[in-house]
Amino acid sequence: MEVFLQQLINGITLGSIYGLIAIGYTMVFGIIGMVNFAHGDVFMVAAFVALVAFLILTTWLGISSIAVALFIVLIVAMLFTSLVNWIIERLAYRPLRGSFRLAPLISAIGMSIFLSNFVQVSQGPRNKAIPPMVQGDFVLVTHNDYAVTLSFKQLIIWGVTAVLLVCFWYLVARTRLGRAQRACEQDQRMAALVGVNVDQTISLTFVIAAALAAVAGTMYLMYYGVVSFSDGFVPGVKAFTAAVLGGIGSLPGAVIGGLLIGLIETMWSAYFSIDYKDVAAFSVLAITLIFLPQGLFGRPDVEKV
Amino acid sequence: MTEGAANQRIDTVAALRDAAITTLLAFGLFLPLIGFHTVTNIRNELELDTRWPLLFSIVAVVGVARLAYSFLLAPWLERIKLRPMATTTPAWRATFGKWFVPFCIGFVIVYPAIIIAATGFGGALKWVDNFGIQILIYVMLGWGLNIVVGLAGLLDLGYVAFYAVGAYAYALLAKEFGFSFWILLPLAGVMSSFWGILLGFPVLRLRGDYLAIVTLAFGEIIRIVLVNWVDVTNGYAGISGIPRPSFFGIPFNANDDGFAATFGLEFSPIYRTIFLYYLILALALLTAFVTVRLRRLPVGRAWEALREDEIACRSLGINTTHTKLTAFGMGAMFAGFAGSFFAARQGFISPESFTFLESATILAIVVLGGMGSQIGVAIAAIAMIGGTEIMRELDFLKQIFGESFDPTQYRMLLFGFAMVIIMVLRPRGLISTRAPSVFLKEPKPVPVDLVKQGHG
Amino acid sequence: MTIAGDILLRVEHLTMRFGGLVAVDDLSFEARQGEITALIGPNGAGKTTVFNCITGFYKPSEGRIGLCHGDAAIWSELDALTDSGKRGITRGDSGLYLLERMPDYLVTQNARVARTFQNIRLFPGMTVLENLLVAQHNALMVASGYTLFGIFGLPSYHRAERASVEKARDWLNRVGLIHRADDPAGDLPYGDQRRLEIARAMCTDPVLLCLDEPAAGLNPRESAQLNELLMSIGNEHGISILLIEHDMSVVMEISDHVVVLDYGIKISDGAPDVVRNDPKVIAAYLGVPDHEVEKVGAEIGL
Ligand SMILES: Nc1ncnc2c1ncn2[C@@H]1O[C@H](COP(=O)(O)OP(=O)(O)OP(=O)(O)O)[C@@H](O)[C@H]1O
Ligand SMILES: [Mg+2]
Repeated sequence: MEVFLQQLINGITLGSIYGLIAIGYTMVFGIIGMVNFAHGDVFMVAAFVALVAFLILTTWLGISSIAVALFIVLIVAMLFTSLVNWIIERLAYRPLRGSFRLAPLISAIGMSIFLSNFVQVSQGPRNKAIPPMVQGDFVLVTHNDYAVTLSFKQLIIWGVTAVLLVCFWYLVARTRLGRAQRACEQDQRMAALVGVNVDQTISLTFVIAAALAAVAGTMYLMYYGVVSFSDGFVPGVKAFTAAVLGGIGSLPGAVIGGLLIGLIETMWSAYFSIDYKDVAAFSVLAITLIFLPQGLFGRPDVEKV
Repeated sequence: MTEGAANQRIDTVAALRDAAITTLLAFGLFLPLIGFHTVTNIRNELELDTRWPLLFSIVAVVGVARLAYSFLLAPWLERIKLRPMATTTPAWRATFGKWFVPFCIGFVIVYPAIIIAATGFGGALKWVDNFGIQILIYVMLGWGLNIVVGLAGLLDLGYVAFYAVGAYAYALLAKEFGFSFWILLPLAGVMSSFWGILLGFPVLRLRGDYLAIVTLAFGEIIRIVLVNWVDVTNGYAGISGIPRPSFFGIPFNANDDGFAATFGLEFSPIYRTIFLYYLILALALLTAFVTVRLRRLPVGRAWEALREDEIACRSLGINTTHTKLTAFGMGAMFAGFAGSFFAARQGFISPESFTFLESATILAIVVLGGMGSQIGVAIAAIAMIGGTEIMRELDFLKQIFGESFDPTQYRMLLFGFAMVIIMVLRPRGLISTRAPSVFLKEPKPVPVDLVKQGHG
Repeated sequence: MTIAGDILLRVEHLTMRFGGLVAVDDLSFEARQGEITALIGPNGAGKTTVFNCITGFYKPSEGRIGLCHGDAAIWSELDALTDSGKRGITRGDSGLYLLERMPDYLVTQNARVARTFQNIRLFPGMTVLENLLVAQHNALMVASGYTLFGIFGLPSYHRAERASVEKARDWLNRVGLIHRADDPAGDLPYGDQRRLEIARAMCTDPVLLCLDEPAAGLNPRESAQLNELLMSIGNEHGISILLIEHDMSVVMEISDHVVVLDYGIKISDGAPDVVRNDPKVIAAYLGVPDHEVEKVGAEIGL
């Protein structure tokens, strides 16, 4: 029971990170119907930027307040990652819009290879570890020497995720941008005809996706304290799984899918086999796509004859 | 005249502005990860270094490149666009087209001889092995995947799994039971094909990108199993000491009954390499030959029809389930052949060789080549694999950039970059026509923008 | 063996629901051998849905769809077949099939029902000739020994392929597309694409040809040519046609029998001139209640 409780806490934390990345997949898929393969690597780049920013703040500028440092790191990572994703969309995807379906996918795979190798070449292949940013925890229950804890790190992740999701939900559900996005999802040409700036809307979608991935990257760095150039692929695929599980195109679906994947992964590691924890996520992906391709909250895709 | 001059001036201003913006963006983009360098110091703590000179030179290069684009490349592209399109293909093109394939086949057959003549026995090993065999493996894999992706339009991102099945099938059976290569080659093909059909079955209903992702998941699952099922596969450590193929029973070694001694030659490792070269060449040509034949048979036509419109296929009485499974099975079989060849050539295999990157590379080769086009796939394989292999040979760059410069590091970086660039420039791939499989009067190539590339 | 006028297709109590929407409601009708049966009705009446049920693309929610090959006497075994749970039976040259039990491709392959689509579905990147060869897939598959003989290039396969090309050539002559044989299907003008789709369906050797709005988008001259083509398919080949069409000139001129649907319900069934004067049909097409038909009809000069 205690193990379960602890895994629940860990799973929700991990799931929040996956959920933030998954929103990026789901939004981009929703608007241009493309699996943005490079999104996992954008997340990894964000974690590296957060790493650099954190080092500048703590070792050079000597900022001692972790809260301030973390806040600045978050903002810097979000700004920079948004810029990266904006440029990626301009260079690698926009010229291929309306071209045949596989071209953007291959371009995105190429971009993914490029990004991870760029980080490997520029920052070196070794794991980058930093001293823990945030320490301390609450002990919730103790039983037979097993303490169920909720660490401050986890609390921060929950809090930041929740706040961001509310802002983000407001942005998509209540603003002009959100309306333009939904219009483009339905029919880009029609949206353009009624005066929606399609290019700009798509660009902004990539920017938002990147900003959320940057939050995920920063949280990832803070939580694990270590990051390497190859950390984009597997979290990327898992977040994509989350998006599919929630129903691709559905924003609440992405978040709930993320939480589910996080939970499945931690529970699987605790009760079955930690070696095969990635198999759990990949199997969920395959099983969902095969038996429930519209996901939990997606619209079913009817084959009209 | 004056108007032209005015245009020119405005162009200059715009070009300068563009260059300035690009430079600024490049600065922002490269500042965090090139301007700063995270290094671990002696106390094992992470520290920051700066690399301003490097950052500024890269940003400057980007700015200059942008200017060059505005002033040189863009006007040139404009002129090309204005030039009237040739309506008839010139005679030399037709002759060239007719002789191109025989010439290529002839060239690859005499390639080892040319290399030996040029570099001698010692130098030839590298050229035949790293370039010849390595590229041919990818050509074969590309042609195999071309059946699934190019012809049947089924997007497969887990193709490397079948390559792995072939390789492990050969390695394990050869080590355990000592079967010879020639028995295990077809067996590996059959086993891969079986897995192809087994994994193909549940995903038949899926379309487009979803299919790609599921096959990716399957590919990864197989790899993770290879990593963790240590009793059988020896995990990350891999399997070594895999028996090498013999020359129809005569082993390639320095012994008295070895190949060199039997034929009265001086022992050299090059003989085995040349044998392997011709082996993979034969396998690749077999793949090509079978594919060419299949395209003209009802299955092949059904594959292409399936790529164009699945519902129409069903309305014509075609069992799309069987059709897709044969495509999966065929593609997987050739991957299995290639896999067992790979294991026999290396003598060592580990899960490292069967990562997602490998699948992505093969898919990229198929798409860059122009889906469905065998020649395109071969050219793409030569360009992409040969290109990255060449990076190993560029030692002279050390003289320019200093001793610590290691060009091989940049292989995959450039590989990814090239994938993006080629897609942006030629989204339909290098060869952008489809040859009809049958004709009444004359075969007219179908322009590829009419060809659908998989349903989705 | 087939006798014109015998029942070929029998649709009984066909119902198709999509969630809460009843697209086809308890529809029963018959189509006879050698005849052209038209299925008409306003937009959204459920005509295409009926086609999809007959050709196996949709599983009907309820109902039975029987199809007979050869001697109509075999209809007497319909109930026995239904109870047996089998998809069909054959007795010598005759056969009886329950289409609602068959997957789409078997409806074409075994029951020999071919169809075209409301929005044309050719293989645009394949040549016209290739389109017609794909339609002969099953026959060629057998001839190629399920690919085995074909791979080794056995002469028996080459003979079969030549025969298929001849058949395709024949149909291309009939629909006037022989000069475009080697062009990609996607390059053809709209009217030619419609005719090619019909030729392609005919290459599957059907007993029943289902055409979903074949005259849509054709100009009057093309439309007249189409009428001739359809009549000749019926007369020369003894093939029955089930036709969805909005163009009343086509329907009234060529069909032997008309079934009218409105909101999924059959509102009229009979010879063209009977249906034409049925007030219910006029009401459905004018969109007014029955009792106002006379008034509105008078206003617009019917
Ligand atoms: N796959 C489906 N899922 C849900 N509803 C469907 C589906 N197919 C058809 N419908 C609905 O069934 C009704 C009948 O459609 P159908 O296409 O059969 O009409 P139709 O008579 O062919 O019309 P038209 O003359 O416009 O072609 C429509 O309301 C349509 O929206
Ligand atoms: Mg319709």
